[in-house]
Amino acid sequence: MKCHHCDNQSTVHLTQILNGQMHKMDLCEGCAQAKGVTNPENLSISNLMDKVELEVDSNAASMVCESCGTTHQEFKKGGRLGCEACYHVFRPVLDPLLDGMHAGTKHLGKVPAGSESRIQFEQSIHSLKKDLQDAVEKEDYEKAAELRDKLRDLENQTKATA
Amino acid sequence: MFHSILNKESGGKKQPKAIPVTLSTRIRLARNLRQFPFPGRAEVSQKRAVLSKCIDAMSGIKGLNNSISVEVDDLSELDRQILVEQHLISPELSQVEEGSGIVLTQDRACCIMINEEDHLRIQVLRPGLDFSSVWKHADELDSGIESAINYAYDGELGFLTACPTNLGTGMRASVMMHLPGLVMSKNMDKVINAVNQLGIAVRGLFGEGSDANGSIFQISNQQTLGESESAIIERLNSTLESLVKQENFAREKLLQDDRTRLIDKMSRAIGSLKTCHLIQSAEAMDLLSLVRLATDFGMMPEKFRGLADRMFIEVQPGHVQLSAGKAIDPSRRDELRAELLRNHFLRAPLLDLSSH
Ligand SMILES: [Zn+2]
Ligand SMILES: [Zn+2]
Repeated sequence: MKCHHCDNQSTVHLTQILNGQMHKMDLCEGCAQAKGVTNPENLSISNLMDKVELEVDSNAASMVCESCGTTHQEFKKGGRLGCEACYHVFRPVLDPLLDGMHAGTKHLGKVPAGSESRIQFEQSIHSLKKDLQDAVEKEDYEKAAELRDKLRDLENQTKATA
Repeated sequence: MFHSILNKESGGKKQPKAIPVTLSTRIRLARNLRQFPFPGRAEVSQKRAVLSKCIDAMSGIKGLNNSISVEVDDLSELDRQILVEQHLISPELSQVEEGSGIVLTQDRACCIMINEEDHLRIQVLRPGLDFSSVWKHADELDSGIESAINYAYDGELGFLTACPTNLGTGMRASVMMHLPGLVMSKNMDKVINAVNQLGIAVRGLFGEGSDANGSIFQISNQQTLGESESAIIERLNSTLESLVKQENFAREKLLQDDRTRLIDKMSRAIGSLKTCHLIQSAEAMDLLSLVRLATDFGMMPEKFRGLADRMFIEVQPGHVQLSAGKAIDPSRRDELRAELLRNHFLRAPLLDLSSH
């Protein structure tokens, strides 16, 4: 990587979060000396704000998928995502990439009907169970009985098709 | 058991006849399971769980009841090399340590890679050019597997894959093409550039770029998102049609403008194949390419096209060792390869120039 200030190879890499935004700067030894950042105690990008133009890299650099641990750096380097949750986490940096990569950005192909309906089913069971629990906690037994019937119907439905 | 499938001569009764220019058609679908990290990010235990889930899901499927499944690390080095040379698995999969597998049908028309870059890479192959039957077959297999497994899927982005370049349909449709006319007339770089503009990728199947050994290229769609499978196939198909036209035009032009040189090359190729005693695979591929070309011109009997296709695979280093029954060093390999070719071309006739 080149120095932010001249064309030399950078050896000093600064990272700091200011107002929730990641600021990065790469400097060569000489420029780092000149800007007085070689002293770690003095190492503050905000001190340099007026001297060096800063590269603002939005929030992308700090992105990390909590599900699998993939970082934005890793994605940038290897071009691979680690899990399905990565597609939510990295969506903001992914979208502009997809635009140039593909014929469009919306899936127009096959729909996995089985997976879709099974997932929907799991989700409705899950939310019914949650509602049931709420109803019981609130001692709304009429509602609870109604929800219990619905749940039983749904569960019987899968047994019948399984 | 597995070894015997690989060793078997490809074929069976229903094998379609080899045709000019297009060697084979392939469709590959990339799929991942919900709630498991992609293989590149997974622990061995997670990969094992995915592997057994996938194999279970495939056990009841009609199209796979004549198949066997193996774990990659149970295969010998040579078997893995054979699978790579037959284009059934990727070189990447052949190198994995643990937790990856292969499901292969007896006729080698389907090969499913488990825990390659994605959890599943469903592949269907067929000689000649036939996207509609290959797609139908791949689609059925995919639906069959999906009836027992929840795929990682997003309504907007489609099938979620480790690499965003496979997103959407997860489909890579490709054909293997024999393009000696375009190579000899030095038009291949131009063609590659033009085709790239249409979102179609071209790469040498053996060797690199436009100097592919045997003038064999793989042509495939680059984009997977934003179009339906049939639209992708249609676009690829129309590009292929025009490639076939250009190749045939280049061949005719070579025969007109540089007839003696071309005939000399093809004729010497047959001579070399009948008489060689030491030959490397790259040279063998180029000679076989000229035999295929001569057959397309009607200067050799039809059966030599199929023979050339078979030999393209059998002259590869792994296959030479497979037929020797053991690992052998490269110089001895060149000797055995030459012997194999001599035996097959022993009775090959001289070029028939009566119709040209
Ligand atoms: Zn500098
Ligand atoms: Zn992730």
